[in-house]
Amino acid sequence: MNLLQFLSGRLVKGVLVLFAIALLNFFLIRAAPGDPAQVLAGEAGAADAQLLEQLRARFGLDQPLLTQLWIYLKGYATLDLGFSYRQQRPVLDLVLDRLPATLLLTGAAFIVSLGLGVVMGALAARRAGRWSDSLITTLSLVFYATPLFWIALMSQILFSLKLGLVPNVGFETIGANYTGLARALDIGHHLILPSITLGLFFTALYARMMRASMLEVAGADFVKTARAKGLSPAIVSRRHVARNAILPVVTLAGLQAGQLVGGAVLTETVFAWPGIGRLMFDALVQRDYSVLLGVFFISSAMVVGFNILTDLVYRLADPRIEAAS
Amino acid sequence: MADVSKAEPVLSIENLTLALPPLADRAHAVENVSLSIAPGETLCIVGESGSGKSMIAHAVMGLLPKAVKPKGGAIKLAGRDLLSLDEAAMQDVRGREIGMIFQEPMTSLNPVMRIEDQIFETFEAHGLLAKSERRARTLALLTEVGLPDPARLAKAYPHELSGGQRQRVMIAMALALEPKLLIADEPTTALDVTTQAQILKLLDNLRQKHGTAVLFITHDFGVVAEIADRIAVLQQGKLVEQGTADQVLSNPQHDYTKRLLAAVPSLIPPQRPAIVESKPVLSVTDLGKVYRKRSFFGAAREVKAADNVSFTLAKGETLGLVGESGSGKSTVGRCCLRLIEPDGGRIMLGDLVLSDLGKSALRQHRKRIQMIFQDPFASLNPRQTVGRIISDGPVAHGTSRKDALARAKELLELVGLSANAVDRYPHEFSGGQRQRVGIARALALEPDVLVADEAVSALDVSVQAQILTLIKEIQQRLGLAILFVTHDLRVAAQICDRIAVMQRGRIVETGPTAALFAAPQHAYTQALLAAVPGGARFGH
Repeated sequence: MNLLQFLSGRLVKGVLVLFAIALLNFFLIRAAPGDPAQVLAGEAGAADAQLLEQLRARFGLDQPLLTQLWIYLKGYATLDLGFSYRQQRPVLDLVLDRLPATLLLTGAAFIVSLGLGVVMGALAARRAGRWSDSLITTLSLVFYATPLFWIALMSQILFSLKLGLVPNVGFETIGANYTGLARALDIGHHLILPSITLGLFFTALYARMMRASMLEVAGADFVKTARAKGLSPAIVSRRHVARNAILPVVTLAGLQAGQLVGGAVLTETVFAWPGIGRLMFDALVQRDYSVLLGVFFISSAMVVGFNILTDLVYRLADPRIEAAS
Repeated sequence: MADVSKAEPVLSIENLTLALPPLADRAHAVENVSLSIAPGETLCIVGESGSGKSMIAHAVMGLLPKAVKPKGGAIKLAGRDLLSLDEAAMQDVRGREIGMIFQEPMTSLNPVMRIEDQIFETFEAHGLLAKSERRARTLALLTEVGLPDPARLAKAYPHELSGGQRQRVMIAMALALEPKLLIADEPTTALDVTTQAQILKLLDNLRQKHGTAVLFITHDFGVVAEIADRIAVLQQGKLVEQGTADQVLSNPQHDYTKRLLAAVPSLIPPQRPAIVESKPVLSVTDLGKVYRKRSFFGAAREVKAADNVSFTLAKGETLGLVGESGSGKSTVGRCCLRLIEPDGGRIMLGDLVLSDLGKSALRQHRKRIQMIFQDPFASLNPRQTVGRIISDGPVAHGTSRKDALARAKELLELVGLSANAVDRYPHEFSGGQRQRVGIARALALEPDVLVADEAVSALDVSVQAQILTLIKEIQQRLGLAILFVTHDLRVAAQICDRIAVMQRGRIVETGPTAALFAAPQHAYTQALLAAVPGGARFGH
């Protein structure tokens, strides 16, 4: 099967999956108790029945459920994700506002963890049984087992408050009004702590997987063939062992990539990072249906998209795969 | 065979001793072995599994497992002792002065690298040739080993090649730098007979053309007879006999060599008593099985593993289902038990239509047809005692555990093991003993029909001979009908009353063993018989 067939097949399926997800999201949210009108009225402190009715009529919540569903689906078909009455802005604008910050954070975490994890795992495998291997294995076990928020808080205390190496919270220095390169550097400086914290868990996972996979491949027949050709250990290890050992890591990286949008709620909260995670959390508390649905949908679309991308990468990485669609 | 003069040997191994780790079942993998190979000569090291023959090859290559250490002696390549070289110097010897081919063509090539890059790397490793020359040389090599369309094949990945083609690539790679010595470690064991014959011929031609010395490791005396100039026989790490091919094969001196040679099954079928005419116990009519590879777009790829297969099997009779890999013989064997669901056709067990039974009825009646599997290591559950493995079947059919265990003890004695084996676990037994357990397990349900799927293929010749004798004895005693699935024509000649030859899912020829071997009718049968290694020497 050629690439074009594969891609078109996967895209068609992806759209079907997204439709199903959109439906499911809609009903899931309605299943939770409370609605935006109640929250608003509660905050206003005057929850008489008339005000509730008014609010519901304004949000379109007085319509029959199926009508609401129809309006929702029709909007999504034209990429109109609805309007947040709470924030008085279209949902798409809200999401697009926050998306870059989240992608920056999770993307940085992704790259750091993948790079670091693969290198550490490969190193540990080459030195299997020696002290450097024990050190890497122990470290990855610790990071694998420690809760994320605890690492986040402790690293804030140590690196920011005690040592003053990096900023404590936030996306950039407020009021500094940097531009261009200076701003980029400032944001980068703020990015260090949250991205490393967020990436630690996956770093540990990649390192462990890469190590195990390297050791397994090292026993393969073709590695013996490579050595019999007179290749140096470094080339055997890189070109033959690592190249094959990385395949299962690619699968795992695909899983992590799917979480790029939705997986950083905790980190964003602890580090006051103005991303999608925070937007979603706030919307949840406020029962802001349209924003919640929008965030859910965008996250799902990212998961589906990255799954297709992972399969594509896998096809390139492993010529044996004729990825069945 | 090459004419070998008294030239300076390419390789001489002197009193080599390799130490095994302290807890191994013997102290030395190889003890006090001395061998030498002259330029252009093929030396075969023959031995059964565990004899240490592969260890010698790996020691010469400097690729011994970490746990095995050279303890004494010397390995001299053109006068230079390889054991005294450091890793960097050894690295330069590998590939440039010694090339090596391995047993498993399916796993010996890197699956994610193009063929040409894998050959290319050999030049690169030794800093030989300019880049453009390397490409040209790679193509020339692929052409020389007889691969079709080398330019296209060079760009292919290993999984796009057949086993035989991959082994040719391995040969091209091993010979890329024109080494003085080629080590071939069971290079044709994993191949079909017809492919094996081609590869052996290729190796012999290349050796003559380039004057390469060949160290050939094998367990198969048929192959030895085809290719060896001289033979060294290894038993338990000790060299028991060494001589020219003629001397060793026609006039073996050592008892062990004699026993090994006697165990090689002859291609001439022995006289077998006629089968008493009776109603068939198993009859298969128009059996069909198609494997489909589904795809989202376009047509599905279909492989007909069984295409209109029909045969019958009488009480006390052995029918051999013979063919190369992919011929569908194993599929047919498994379909008879409905371990694989056939797509069409009728399977009759006596008067019972097995192919029409529902799930629960099938469970009840399946005990009448049982299977012996190929791999004695994988087919027994390692966490169950032998007694449990054998008695589970009868217990599932309502016998009490106590009675079933008592019966298991009898069966173990029947297959030549002691009754106290019931309390032991499979890993405590050798491959041959496990296969005996597998036979006892199959017999526990008192079947009418046994399906033996390559039941002796994983065993050494001497063990193979014992198991074949055992199967024959049990058949005579119990009057079993046996469907014997095998790729090995020698084995088939010895045990089968009738043979059905399969090619691409079809039975192309069927007949009494003696008649079929004496005068094969179908072209494919003729090709198969011609390809059996050592046919001329081990005919009788």
